[in-house]
Amino acid sequence: MRRQNIKVLMNVWVAVGLFMALAVTPVLAQDEQFIPLLVYRTGPYAPNGIPTANGYIDYLKLLQARDGGINGVPVKWEECETKYNTKIGVECYEKLKKGAAVINPYSTGITYQLLPKAPVDQVPIHSMGYGRTAAADGRIFKWAFNFPTTYWSQASAFVKYVGEQEGGMDKLKDKKIALVYHNSPYGKEPIPTLTILAEKFGYDLKLLAVDHPGQEQKATWLQVRRYRPDWIFLWGWGVMNQVAIKEAASINFPMDHFIGVWWSGSESDVVPAGEGAKGYKAGNFHGVGSGFGVHAEILKHVYNGDETAAEGNNFGEVLYNRGLINAVYDTEAIRTAMGKYGNGVMSGEQVRWGLEHLDLTEARLKALGLEGYAQPLKVTCEDHEGNGPVFIQQWDGQKWSKVSDWISPMREVVRPQIENAAAEYAKENNITPRDCASEG
Amino acid sequence: MSEWLTAIFISPFLDMASGPIFFAEVVISGLLAGVMYSMVALGFVLIFKASGVFNFSQGVMVLFAALTLVGLMERGVPLWLALLLTVAVMITLAYAIERVMLRQLVNQDPFTLLMATIGLNFFLEGTGELLWGSNVKKLDVGIPEDSLEVAGMLLNKFDLIAAVIAAVLVTVLAVLSQKTKIGRALRAVADDHQAATAVGIPLTTIWVTVWAVSGIVALVAGIMWGAKSGVQFSLSLIALKALPVLILGGLTSIPGAIVGGLIIGVGEKVAEVYWGPVLGGAIENWFAYVLAMVFLMFRPHGLFGEEIIERV
Amino acid sequence: MIYRETGQFKTSYRSDQSIFPIVQDRWAIYLMVAVAYLIIPFAANEYWLQAILIPFLIFTMAALGLNLLTGYAGQLSLGTGGFMAVGAYAAYKLTTMFPAVPMPLVFLAAGLVTAVVGIVFGLPSLRIKGLYLAVATLAAQFFLIWLFNRVGWFYNYNPSGTITAPPRTFLGIMVTGPEATAPVRYLVCLTFVAVFALLAKNMVRSEIGRTWMAIRDMDIAAEIIGIRPLTTKLSAFAISSFYCGVSGALFLFLYLGSIETQAFDITVSFEVLFMVIIGGMGSILGSFIGAGFISLMPILLTNAPHWIGLEMPVDLAKELEAIIFGGLIIFFLIVEPHGLARLWQIGKEKLRRWPFPY
Repeated sequence: MRRQNIKVLMNVWVAVGLFMALAVTPVLAQDEQFIPLLVYRTGPYAPNGIPTANGYIDYLKLLQARDGGINGVPVKWEECETKYNTKIGVECYEKLKKGAAVINPYSTGITYQLLPKAPVDQVPIHSMGYGRTAAADGRIFKWAFNFPTTYWSQASAFVKYVGEQEGGMDKLKDKKIALVYHNSPYGKEPIPTLTILAEKFGYDLKLLAVDHPGQEQKATWLQVRRYRPDWIFLWGWGVMNQVAIKEAASINFPMDHFIGVWWSGSESDVVPAGEGAKGYKAGNFHGVGSGFGVHAEILKHVYNGDETAAEGNNFGEVLYNRGLINAVYDTEAIRTAMGKYGNGVMSGEQVRWGLEHLDLTEARLKALGLEGYAQPLKVTCEDHEGNGPVFIQQWDGQKWSKVSDWISPMREVVRPQIENAAAEYAKENNITPRDCASEG
Repeated sequence: MSEWLTAIFISPFLDMASGPIFFAEVVISGLLAGVMYSMVALGFVLIFKASGVFNFSQGVMVLFAALTLVGLMERGVPLWLALLLTVAVMITLAYAIERVMLRQLVNQDPFTLLMATIGLNFFLEGTGELLWGSNVKKLDVGIPEDSLEVAGMLLNKFDLIAAVIAAVLVTVLAVLSQKTKIGRALRAVADDHQAATAVGIPLTTIWVTVWAVSGIVALVAGIMWGAKSGVQFSLSLIALKALPVLILGGLTSIPGAIVGGLIIGVGEKVAEVYWGPVLGGAIENWFAYVLAMVFLMFRPHGLFGEEIIERV
Repeated sequence: MIYRETGQFKTSYRSDQSIFPIVQDRWAIYLMVAVAYLIIPFAANEYWLQAILIPFLIFTMAALGLNLLTGYAGQLSLGTGGFMAVGAYAAYKLTTMFPAVPMPLVFLAAGLVTAVVGIVFGLPSLRIKGLYLAVATLAAQFFLIWLFNRVGWFYNYNPSGTITAPPRTFLGIMVTGPEATAPVRYLVCLTFVAVFALLAKNMVRSEIGRTWMAIRDMDIAAEIIGIRPLTTKLSAFAISSFYCGVSGALFLFLYLGSIETQAFDITVSFEVLFMVIIGGMGSILGSFIGAGFISLMPILLTNAPHWIGLEMPVDLAKELEAIIFGGLIIFFLIVEPHGLARLWQIGKEKLRRWPFPY
């Protein structure tokens, strides 16, 4: 028995050795625009990763099916499963970075990893609404873009919304705002901005950290009960969202005064709380629902009118729409690059130029079927954020809907913060800021 | 400095004294949370007691059981039938584990057995996700989830019912263990494997039974936790929260799991609410372990754990 | 037949005590080291270096550390992640405070800091034994991670809370930072691992190793014959934490380049423990094999379908990978419960007799 086992084992190892000898690079045709996709369809954050990936891919499929690609250049994409794990994300990046047009890390950990590597590997990073907020300063982060908006802008927009709801920014004076946040760099993102605004507008800010993963939050919500805030901001991720919303409902907190960040406001977050989640609000920066022109196009060209199949792929859900707009931005950037460099496969450097000179006008949005879905956007060399506006959406028990106007962030507060943070990074890493005026 | 010292040693107690009703609420919430931890810890204890294996995959078994239940219910199976079927699945799983894994690893040292359960952990993780998907699933077993106001404290009905269920579970287990034949056999095996086989107790049957019971306990825990957060992957991480409970109570004691859970639950919540703000929050996790460690310094085998007598 | 030792006589105690007494073994090691140093940096592409070899080396270092503590000294530790974090943050602070100090010294200094921390968290081992000791190291794990999240001084008050390895040169070559090429980083890792593996092998063969093993096997008897449990256990914690600290520093500077505390959470501690157990507890070779198995097998399993031309959706591939990985672990344990290093030893025994059955 032992001998046979050993023999089997030797065979296994030999086979393993043979496999290991093979190189691992995707074979790609030279005339296709390659976009690698870092997705997380398994693991603890899969409920959020699946719709995002589906949205992104469906838009690429639309371009392929309807237009034959971008300006005639076919698009090729390849998924790589990261399980939202930084190490696996690095492995995926190294495997797929050759010839990549743009990379969307879809994880703060992976983004931080890739930021120093991007200039060396010549692959631009698009961390849409997440990642390192300081990357909004393009003079220092030449290869990183986080448009259309960032966490700090969102925090300021939330305060603006609260002020509006209370009847004016001056009414914020004696209000109490609690921030329930995930105890990680991601969760701590809004703290500096909210602290500055607390000093400016006079509201009382209470910071309540929830330890990863946030499955058990009794202590936090007991403190909320004692503090009796007027408004709560939620900066959570994964299971922390579901539990927070449920706990808030169970302490009978008025859900319409409970606002989550855009990663805490999707369909899967409100599922377990059921009825209790009604009225919960969240921030968002793109269209809600499936009633836009682009959706009709996707239904027609990608699903051939089959609505059930589309719904099975999270069609029209919040995160699906997020993936979709991400794909729109990326492909429009490639198109912009083609405008300068000609219709062909764009290199990383060229796509970077395209991202930096992206100018999405109202007219162009309308032509894409995105009227009202996104706001016009102009990226510049200094501003990789685009200062995009944010709005508030609300869950009514069945679906999300937009309940506020587009709110512009407080640029005068946020931009100096961004520039400070970027300058510090530059100092620590010996980076000389670019001179935007002298570049093209 | 003195400000900081006051904040650590004096203010929290003043705080507690000035709001006694709130303090009571914190303590009761802690007890209820602790009960939930105990339910997960029970599964570990049962298996460790009878087969000497630290079942690393207990967390994933909780997830797997909950996933199976919810998966069946989503396909239209009525609740009572889904429960029965899931219990059947857990029993089959226990049988398979014993047959494929435990039987081949009889008498190996504890680390090898631990590693085997780690392999099982990955296996069940992948299988659960493959069979039932990775989306968050709502688990509704008909337990009311709203809160009721008692003497100025807000208590959640669900938590109270969970506490009752846990009490019933422990009572049933205690009765089974003391009064039935198989319970006696379990205690015999826990005491001494070889002596038990010498009197004719079939080890393999006992192991299947214990893993099956542990699987059912995992199902109950999975229902309780899954109803709170939706059934998703993170459910398996609950096992980490149960570890300090296990260690404090003693790895081989069922009452230890309950008492340990209560102590850890209260300790955690009180620490977080009264000392948390001073230290910046989120101290629950490490505090639980530090608390367990402090207890262990006085009783190195846990509060109710079996004392291992070492001879040279 | 190939592996026979007939004709190999030792004429001095020194040669008898060498680590690889069989000449074939010695040549095999020399060959492996030569290949690792001379051929791989030039032949391997960046993916192999960055995503496979460098993490393998770094985790080997951590596994070596944990093996010394758990495998040789018998003290179960689940705080490896936390100690790696100490090493990484210590190295970061040291190099940002003293940029002129050469990197290898920074790494060693980080290791020393971690050794001190390890001693502090190892103190409960004097009272608590066995599986229960895991609680002390778990407390260390969670507390250290909390500390690095909370205290701004550790991450230089960076608003993002993450730390990024600043670019540094050594002997004129860029070794850390984005400009450092993968072969350079690989060679630095390889040197550290080679030197420290050699040190570990010698430690376990010498007096200190024997005191560890005595404490592991029967600590009361060891105490009776005069081995001091205090110094032995604490030395085990110290040296093991040193290794973990250095590996953590290497993890930050030479592998990822930028980390948040999540990178060192409890799952890392478990992973390294798995490496030690499956590789073989109490075996230096086992640390290498275990690290290889746990860190590389998932990558192999994920990419295998692609290599054999079988296209399947990525989530299905990941799920199958988990199932196969778990199954493989159970299979290997059934075949050889003492870990893969023991399998290798048995293989060697067979080779010595081959082609004869006994």
